[in-house]
Amino acid sequence: MRIVRHIMGLPISLEFRGDARQAEPAFSWLTEADRRFSPFHPDSEVSRFEPDGKHSADLRDILALCATYERLTGGAFRATLPGRAFDPSGVVKGWAAQRAADLLRANGVRKFCLNAGGDVVAAGRSWSVGIRHPDLPHELCAVLAVRKLAVATSGSYERGEHVVDGRTGQPTRDLVSLTVVARNLTVADATSTAAFAMGTPGIAWAAARPGCLVHAVDAHRRVYRSPGLDRLLVPSGTMAS
Amino acid sequence: MRKFLVVALLAVAALVPLAWYRPAPSVLPAAALPAPALPSSPGTSAPPTPGQSATVVNGSTVDTEFGPYAVAVTFQGSTIVDVRLVTEPDDRHSQRIAASAAPTLRQAALQAQNARIDSVSGATTTSEAYAQSLQAALDARGH
Repeated sequence: MRIVRHIMGLPISLEFRGDARQAEPAFSWLTEADRRFSPFHPDSEVSRFEPDGKHSADLRDILALCATYERLTGGAFRATLPGRAFDPSGVVKGWAAQRAADLLRANGVRKFCLNAGGDVVAAGRSWSVGIRHPDLPHELCAVLAVRKLAVATSGSYERGEHVVDGRTGQPTRDLVSLTVVARNLTVADATSTAAFAMGTPGIAWAAARPGCLVHAVDAHRRVYRSPGLDRLLVPSGTMAS
Repeated sequence: MRKFLVVALLAVAALVPLAWYRPAPSVLPAAALPAPALPSSPGTSAPPTPGQSATVVNGSTVDTEFGPYAVAVTFQGSTIVDVRLVTEPDDRHSQRIAASAAPTLRQAALQAQNARIDSVSGATTTSEAYAQSLQAALDARGH
């Protein structure tokens, strides 16, 4: 069955085998994650964040995740940009959706495909996941057959959407789309966000991260991808699934 | 753990020629290179010779299924006195790995593709964008 909800201002689509009750804990968690970690709620832990304040275990998780990717990217990824409030949104979506996927498994759902605002966790069987074409919203630029993998994409094609390079304070302009495939969505989302902030060098950086495969489109509309992605690619013209 | 040890030993073995050809000048006088047998494993190092300063040589990075690893080997004179596994690459280290990975990336021209799919990955961050997206069409089909 398929369930679509709008949580965190994001469309969450779940296709799975099972009944709706099994999916409830996952959706409840996403609702809770929105309430606690959205920068748009004035009462959230993120909005009330103070570096030396008291932090919940989950917020400490998020802070550690941000610190790791800040270090790994030499500051290209930053949860606190100069002159702006703390905003870990770049990693929270994947982190929260990965936990939702864990909750689905814990509730006996084995075959599922969870899509949280374009970040996907596929489990239990082979699922075909398209990567949106950066210029043509209803077309794909690649199709991947994935099983037990997560796929996260960062892009600059959505209106008002941009990723800022923390080293320069300027939006990244040399990439239009960067997708990371990894075992887990926390890693896939954080890596794609961080690599996008790095610009062109972020493509090779993401490809060199342990367990990560990359598919990127630069501003000149060149595609760069990890050789390891070849075995997941569904050739054009093939009817997947 | 055994895998790490194998990686470490291989990396140490790879470093042996380095010890001869790129020594720190203050440690090994170029004129009179002694040729002592190097210990076969890091655990059996001979006691350090007093009066010689230690030199740390960083090994090249080896990609394992657990991620990139490198060893840092400390020499005292020509004797290995310590081998450390460097597991978490620092930023400069990451950048260097990235630079070495760049030529291995496949390149192609961007193409549009239309296929039957289960889900779409993309920067669909707002419900407004979603309403007009391929994923919304897929979700509608699924109901």
